Amino acid sequence: MKILLRAGESRWLAPAAVLGAVVLTLLLTAGPIRLAGANPVAAYQRYTINPLTTPGGIGDVLLAATPLLFTGLAVAVAFRVGYFNIGAEGQFLAGAIAATIPGLYLPGLPAALALPLAAASGALGGLLWGFLPAFLKRRAHIDEVVTTLLLNPVALLLVQGLLNGPWRNSETGFPDSDRYGAGYTLPTLAEGSRVHWGFVIGLALVVVVFVVMSFTPLGLRLRAAGQSPGAARFSGIRVTTLQFRSALVSGALAGLGGAVQVLGVQHQLTASISNGYGYTGVVVATLGALTAGGVLLVSLLLGDIAVGAQNASIALQLPTQMGAIVSSTLLLAVVALLAARRYRVVLRRPFVRRRSTAERGDS
Amino acid sequence: MGPLAELRGITKTFGAVVANDSIDLRVLPGEVLALLGENGAGKSTLTRILYGLSQADSGSILVDGSEIRMHGPADAMAAGIGMVTQEFSLVDTMTVTENLMLAGSGLGRVNRSAAKAKVLEAAARIGVAIEPDAVVGTLSVGERQRVEIVKALFHDCRLLILDEPTAVLVPQDVAVLFESIRRLTADGMGVIFISHKLHEVVEIADRVSILRRGRIVADVPAEGLVPAQIAAMMVGSADPVAEAASGDVVEAEALATAVGLEAPGAGVAAGAGVGAGAVAGAGAGAAAGAGLPAGELSRSGVLDIDRITLAGTGKPLLDEVSLTVRAGEIVGVAGVSGNGQTELVSVLCGMTPASSGAVRVDGADITRLDVTERLRAGLGRLTEDRRGSVVLNLSVEQNLVLEDLDRFRTGPFTNRRRIKEHVAGLMERFDIRAKPGDPIRSLSGGNMQKVLLARAISREPKALVASQPTRGLDVGACEYVYSQLRALRERGAGVLVISEDLDELLGLCDRIVVMVSGRIAGDVRAAETSREELGLLMTGMTAGAGAHS
Amino acid sequence: MDFPLLAVLAATLTIATPLVWAALGALINERAGILNLGIEGTMYAGAFVGFLTAVTTGNPYLGLGTAVVAGLAAGALMGLLTVTLGVNQHVAGIGTTLLLVAACDFTNRLLFATGTQQAAASFERWFPGLGVLAQYPMTFVAFLVLAPLLWWVLRSTGFGLRLHAVGENPEAADAAGIPVARTRYAALMLGSALMAVGGSFLTLSLLGTFTLDIVSGRGWICIALVIFGRWKVWPVVAGALLFGFTDALQLQLAITPLFSGVPNELLIAFPYLVVIAALAVWGRRVRYPGAYLTPYRRA
Repeated sequence: MKILLRAGESRWLAPAAVLGAVVLTLLLTAGPIRLAGANPVAAYQRYTINPLTTPGGIGDVLLAATPLLFTGLAVAVAFRVGYFNIGAEGQFLAGAIAATIPGLYLPGLPAALALPLAAASGALGGLLWGFLPAFLKRRAHIDEVVTTLLLNPVALLLVQGLLNGPWRNSETGFPDSDRYGAGYTLPTLAEGSRVHWGFVIGLALVVVVFVVMSFTPLGLRLRAAGQSPGAARFSGIRVTTLQFRSALVSGALAGLGGAVQVLGVQHQLTASISNGYGYTGVVVATLGALTAGGVLLVSLLLGDIAVGAQNASIALQLPTQMGAIVSSTLLLAVVALLAARRYRVVLRRPFVRRRSTAERGDS
Repeated sequence: MGPLAELRGITKTFGAVVANDSIDLRVLPGEVLALLGENGAGKSTLTRILYGLSQADSGSILVDGSEIRMHGPADAMAAGIGMVTQEFSLVDTMTVTENLMLAGSGLGRVNRSAAKAKVLEAAARIGVAIEPDAVVGTLSVGERQRVEIVKALFHDCRLLILDEPTAVLVPQDVAVLFESIRRLTADGMGVIFISHKLHEVVEIADRVSILRRGRIVADVPAEGLVPAQIAAMMVGSADPVAEAASGDVVEAEALATAVGLEAPGAGVAAGAGVGAGAVAGAGAGAAAGAGLPAGELSRSGVLDIDRITLAGTGKPLLDEVSLTVRAGEIVGVAGVSGNGQTELVSVLCGMTPASSGAVRVDGADITRLDVTERLRAGLGRLTEDRRGSVVLNLSVEQNLVLEDLDRFRTGPFTNRRRIKEHVAGLMERFDIRAKPGDPIRSLSGGNMQKVLLARAISREPKALVASQPTRGLDVGACEYVYSQLRALRERGAGVLVISEDLDELLGLCDRIVVMVSGRIAGDVRAAETSREELGLLMTGMTAGAGAHS
Repeated sequence: MDFPLLAVLAATLTIATPLVWAALGALINERAGILNLGIEGTMYAGAFVGFLTAVTTGNPYLGLGTAVVAGLAAGALMGLLTVTLGVNQHVAGIGTTLLLVAACDFTNRLLFATGTQQAAASFERWFPGLGVLAQYPMTFVAFLVLAPLLWWVLRSTGFGLRLHAVGENPEAADAAGIPVARTRYAALMLGSALMAVGGSFLTLSLLGTFTLDIVSGRGWICIALVIFGRWKVWPVVAGALLFGFTDALQLQLAITPLFSGVPNELLIAFPYLVVIAALAVWGRRVRYPGAYLTPYRRA
């Protein structure tokens, strides 16, 4: 058997690879689901279809997709220019912390002032958390992967430190912050729904990123810088500057995501605020092919799976972590099969005259 | 005596292209077999197959009469086959000895001192000196090549494949190499020698095999062959021997030149004019170039390189290079590769900042400007690394406007309609055979060069830097590039052409400078010089006849 | 105030142990040209699988063995993705980490649904007579066997030369007859096994139990240490000791009255910041392996 590089690539291969990856994911995860004593088909139905059958379920999916929109966009914006920001997790947390500051210390502000202030503060927090790696990359060529990664546990420790220290809940004494002032509540989209305006903000950002990437000179420059930095530099594109700025934008997007999460859902800072959204952002961005539309679709898909996983844990006694297994398996299966489509497998021994066995293998 | 190695019916296809078409080839012990052919004739495919780097679709390889199954270079080495390519297969961060120990050392403990002794012994066998503990990255090109040859000997190689070994060497190193080859063949080793330099072929080869479009078209003893005959066989006249004998040497020479070969035998006799005529096609360009009135030439420089120095780790890569290209002039830069040409282009294009000195375009100092500002100042660029000058994943259209995006914007948005018109115009004018939306990676070398030409020339640069503008292109595409460069000159721009192809420079340029070790070593009028004089200048010797200027 | 220097130094060795194992594993990977961001998940898997085995069998050595197997499997997965298929190494690594963490958490939840933390049979410290200075067996192995052995292997064996070659210039390695893909697989599996052993140290030696935040970014620390140590064994070990020392120091400070007002978490974060600072000072313009992040295909 031999693996050879394909000369050309047919159009149906990419969609076929994605479809194959979905099937592969279902097959691979069926084993552990059975092991947990659940019926895989019933589980998949809960993961994908059930949440979408009721208005409340759809609302939950949108709610679960909201933070992923932000972190997915954040990662996509950075990866697109070849800046591997894997610190969306820390930047998300930094955003949540920064949004909490006005929420706790200026509780009396009316919503019209409070929300923009907290959102801006969150974006700034994420930006600042992303600044150090971006700066070190630009100034000293220090690998951003390592520094962004290292700052993730630091951000979590900062949250925990604040919650165990100055921001400990004054009523319960638990390590959660006090609730923010009344003005710091992102309104819900509809009465009785939990979906808040954060989702709309996320959608708007998806549109903005899409327009910038597709319809402006900047978008083309960003794509050129990411795909071929040397050639982009040759064409007069300032690759390091673009990377630096994208890194800051990426941090701000993730930070805004953190702010939206505390303002829209928790209304206080808790240690479990992120729930791995930053790392999942890498999954979202990659599966979404680093495009705005892709990020939207994949956020909804993963939101769907997350809500389904919650349901399944109650209905089927299937631990919620199964949802994370499904989404990470899907990620690996998709990237693997998309990579595999570049090769064709030839079942023939190299460099001997064709023999009957070889020809059987070839067909 | 039986053949050392034999290829039987080797066929290899890449998609629709048949690179090797049932090739039979044999090498005898003690023989230097020259394997010749134009670019794309299938030489490197064949040698890669023989060395196990690539697998044939069908056919067999025999060494000492028994068939070898070739799954990788390890099998080739075990069979006694070694290869030295133009791009050396050495790990720069390792020492010479470590590099040589790599192959066949297994997984266990390595014996450094024994290996070191073997290095010295092998070096002595080919008559060169090698420092076994030197880190390869610090060695010169010639030294690295010797390490490569020693590496092959290390594994008891009996058939050595040398792929264009002289392309990167200065003449002195070529002499050392040939001496080494002679020592080895005297020991009974077989050598496959691939080269474009036909005078070298007649000097070193015992037998000549010629590939054309994937087939062997000639396999003759080298004894008594002259370069022109070989050239004729390569480009494929019906009866090469008869044609060469009929005295039509000049035509063969022209053909050879057109496919990018160096065939100095006839060039000596006919002088520079023949080479120039061959490149110009009709010969009109050469006349135009030589015929510029003296008054024109005295005009101020559009590209003024003023004592540019680029520091290296040891000696400077560029050492006070000064050069002026005037309006309406094409100036060539000749030299053996690795003498600072790449660095000069990089500095001019704005990719590497110069350590000191200045570059001016039409009087404006661009030394400290970035790429975009340089383009705006009127500099055009065409580099040897075509695939590195375009973003391969973007389309032809996107690449065509990548440097001019700000010209096509309405508010913050790209004006697609204007881009479409602009691109359609360029593709028409420069005869780019593709659709605007095609990914540029799918284009042939010639078409890609047209895109780059279109991008550079459509801005009407005052000065154009063109490095190896025709490398790897077919005859038609070469002609096209020449005509565009000449047309640019006629419109009053200055062009700096950096090339390793002397015939190209002689045919295209008004003036030629020679670079040696990062310095300008000579400056001659193209019409008044010859290959010999340039060759002499390229070796770093001051030519007695170089007093034209 | 008496500063218990000996205790801090002893704790430094203990804390540095898992980092030495895992960082040297990462070093082997990167020498072969592969950035393995699966390290965090691989350490996590080593910690969990080792713990699980020790709980069920009561034998920490078996736990160590299964952790090694888990590491080999994780390395093989990374190999399939990055070597055979040529997937982007950042994505493959993060995906592997997410998958391994999710799989361990899932199994943990399934088996120990009650949430009570189980204590596993764990390794005893050697030479308990030394008091605070006594160390776990894997600490001795890390510093006295693993590091010198790896140093020697990288320098003086064909395997070491092969790793260097496939990570620096795979074309040259291929031309020298070295099986590039197989060597990279070997590097990934060996390196990942070391990472898993490092992870298992946390459960089988240090804590005797498994918690969800048991690795908490130590894998990322190791990636940083490899760059800080410029892909050389002893500097990487030195980096691990530096982290271990700052961590031991903060543990000591946490119980020092003078620092009682400082939130514990900020002290815990201190070593991470020290590593970033060390990287900023000594990690400037380092020379990465030539084929770093690059899959190899014959032309």
